[in-house]
Amino acid sequence: MAMTADTTADAAGAAAAGDRTQVVYNEDVVRKFTLAATFWGIVAFLAGTFIAFQLAFPVLNLGLEWTTFGRLRPVHTSAAIFAFGGNVLFATSFYVVQRTCRTTLFGGRDLANFIFWGYNIFIVLAATGYIMGITQSREYAEPEWYLDLWLTIVWVAYAVVYIGTVMIRREPHIYVANWFYMAFIITIAILHIFNNLAVPVSFFGTVSYSAFSGVQDALTQWWYGHNAVGFFLTAGFLAIMYYFVPKRANRPVYSYRLSIVHFWSLIFLYIWAGPHHLHYTALPEWSQTLGMVFSVMLWMPSWGGMINGIMTLAGAWDKLRTDPVLRFLVVSVGFYGMSTFEGPLMSVRQVNALSHYTDWTVGHVHSGALGWVAFVSFGALYFLVPKLWGRRELYSLRLVEWHFWTATLGIVLYITAMWVSGIMQGLMWRSYDGLGFLQYSFIETVEAMHPFYVIRALGGVLFVVGALLMVYNFWRTIRGDEATERRAAAPVGGTRPATVTVRSTPAE
Amino acid sequence: MPTKVEKDSVTGTETTGHEWDGIKELNTPLPKWWLYIFYASIIWSVIYCIFMPSVPYITGYFGGIWDYSQRATVEEQLAAAHQRQSVFLDRMAGLSPEQVAEDPELLTFALAGGAAAFADNCAPCHALGGAGNPGGYPVLADDDWLWGGTMDDIMVTIRHGIRSDLDTNTRLATMPNFGSDGLLSREQVAAVADYVLSLSGHGDAGAETLAEGAEIFAAQCVSCHGADGTGLHEFGAPNLTDAIWLYGGERSEVIAQVNHPRLGVMPAWEERANGQGLDDTTIRMLTVYVHSLGGGE
Repeated sequence: MAMTADTTADAAGAAAAGDRTQVVYNEDVVRKFTLAATFWGIVAFLAGTFIAFQLAFPVLNLGLEWTTFGRLRPVHTSAAIFAFGGNVLFATSFYVVQRTCRTTLFGGRDLANFIFWGYNIFIVLAATGYIMGITQSREYAEPEWYLDLWLTIVWVAYAVVYIGTVMIRREPHIYVANWFYMAFIITIAILHIFNNLAVPVSFFGTVSYSAFSGVQDALTQWWYGHNAVGFFLTAGFLAIMYYFVPKRANRPVYSYRLSIVHFWSLIFLYIWAGPHHLHYTALPEWSQTLGMVFSVMLWMPSWGGMINGIMTLAGAWDKLRTDPVLRFLVVSVGFYGMSTFEGPLMSVRQVNALSHYTDWTVGHVHSGALGWVAFVSFGALYFLVPKLWGRRELYSLRLVEWHFWTATLGIVLYITAMWVSGIMQGLMWRSYDGLGFLQYSFIETVEAMHPFYVIRALGGVLFVVGALLMVYNFWRTIRGDEATERRAAAPVGGTRPATVTVRSTPAE
Repeated sequence: MPTKVEKDSVTGTETTGHEWDGIKELNTPLPKWWLYIFYASIIWSVIYCIFMPSVPYITGYFGGIWDYSQRATVEEQLAAAHQRQSVFLDRMAGLSPEQVAEDPELLTFALAGGAAAFADNCAPCHALGGAGNPGGYPVLADDDWLWGGTMDDIMVTIRHGIRSDLDTNTRLATMPNFGSDGLLSREQVAAVADYVLSLSGHGDAGAETLAEGAEIFAAQCVSCHGADGTGLHEFGAPNLTDAIWLYGGERSEVIAQVNHPRLGVMPAWEERANGQGLDDTTIRMLTVYVHSLGGGE
């Protein structure tokens, strides 16, 4: 088959420089992001578990303003989404884009390092600000104006490096993972800028006022909030899935056509779905309807990613039994499918009337956050760490096995507790007695939820324990250790340098 | 890399001929069930938009064939609920809480309505069922009343509150800061506290201290708490002989209360901020309910 013009030009250039071209990947920055992701993961899981215990036992608020649930909750959500999830996305995107484009990062090492330090300083300043009470009170967009400006600079640098790398690629086509990463990078930039349009009170103060007011403000916030889920936690992590699942399973991606159709339908539909967060509010009903129908239409485009992820295992199902890393990746896709079915369901007005403002929403978010985002991240990190530090395999796959089952049990406890608690809460709120009075007061619903809060917190403990096993495993892997189980099973592995030799093939 | 279409040996499907870092793609067609459900969800969405409010105009919007409105729906539901209750509400109009309590049907209704209102408004301080909370939130399920336990007393307290800023008819009484304002010495405060404890048979102070305490009590406290210490509803002065304590019955707690009394506040439920007060019917139902809890007088 004929090659495209791009490839010919590329190959010609390579041929001029000699038949063999050395590509030195920038893995240094990927290692930094990997370690940061691991660190922030533990912070996020610990913070989440602690605030889960606060809900069950309010005395844990400790009577200090800095340790109240209200201050710590954004620390947890930001640490989970932006610190853990964000660093995973940076690490994997920089790893994947270099390898699927067969070129090093555009912009050089300094720019890549600037992104690493710039982003992580943003996280530290944001989190410490929350504890001191500095917040603009927009969910998932709590940082104040000065940090929003700083993040904008870092994000533009990220876009330049990423898109630049894709533009200087040595492959004729752009791999599907890169489509998803680019959709994530570009859309998050737009969402971030528009949602955070605000006027600072003074140049030296932390406080600002949003450019929007009333229901417009609410709609802007949830346009942002839902697409933070859609493009940060879905598109970005689907990109991870599209590289690491076929790579680990060593199988071709199930369907190229499906990847095209579900990519474009997903990014087109997702951006409209935000209003479903504002059912039965002052938001005009026509826009509630649109938010709802776009969410329902989003069901199959979301599932396209699940089908491609799971069916890529065709011919390699047996690996699920032997490879816990692949199991993390594939089970994450299963959770993804479950929560992307639950999401459209909950966006339907009548279902939302029951589920909104209850723990059901919290359970839904966590089936996505723990089951999908964290699991696919664990799978990718377990894949990356030995590669990045030149080890043949992880220190111990048996520990990965333990991590998998502990974390899965934690998620099951978490989700089922929140389903029961949330639906019970919703039903209690709407029950009337025979004489037309409310059957339950709010405080009675809080008392009824207590056991489920305890179960949820225990689920969180299991999730933390699993993640700590991962940290230990990484530490031993990086040190170059091998568990006895591996020494028995395989010969000592060699190290692999971060340099690969690429042979440029001339046109046939 | 050149395009090189291969046939996958496992599935028998052709690849697209591209390869990135060893990853290839199969050219599998879209799964039929996937495609048809996707189409169905789009068709369903279009139909839903025809029936429900959906398309914005320059001013206003297309309300759909059903012309559904959440606001109108909730107003209808509220009106219907009010209609169902109106049988009882009409009969209750103008009746005092005592008269309500005499009619078995109205009593049942008022107890249900009072319980619901109590759980939403009063339970945060007084606990569900009026069990009370430590630190100045009295139990309402016993026969120990600060401001009186008759229907009328209870209703006045609910209506106007205690030491409320928002109601000029609120129940007002104060107790001097005997210690912190220097009215009594440290020793005198301790002595009168010991005497107060002895009224309910507590404490282990000697006869001399108790005698001194009794003398101070007679001079400073009897005008509100009464000569025998059983209190006066008129001033909200608690009965000191029953071992029921608003701010704790430890010696140190009683001393603290004599030294610099904590004075509790209860909202005036008729006149809450922003006009969010309870309506007259609810206040009467609450009165009947609270009276029924334990020790209505």
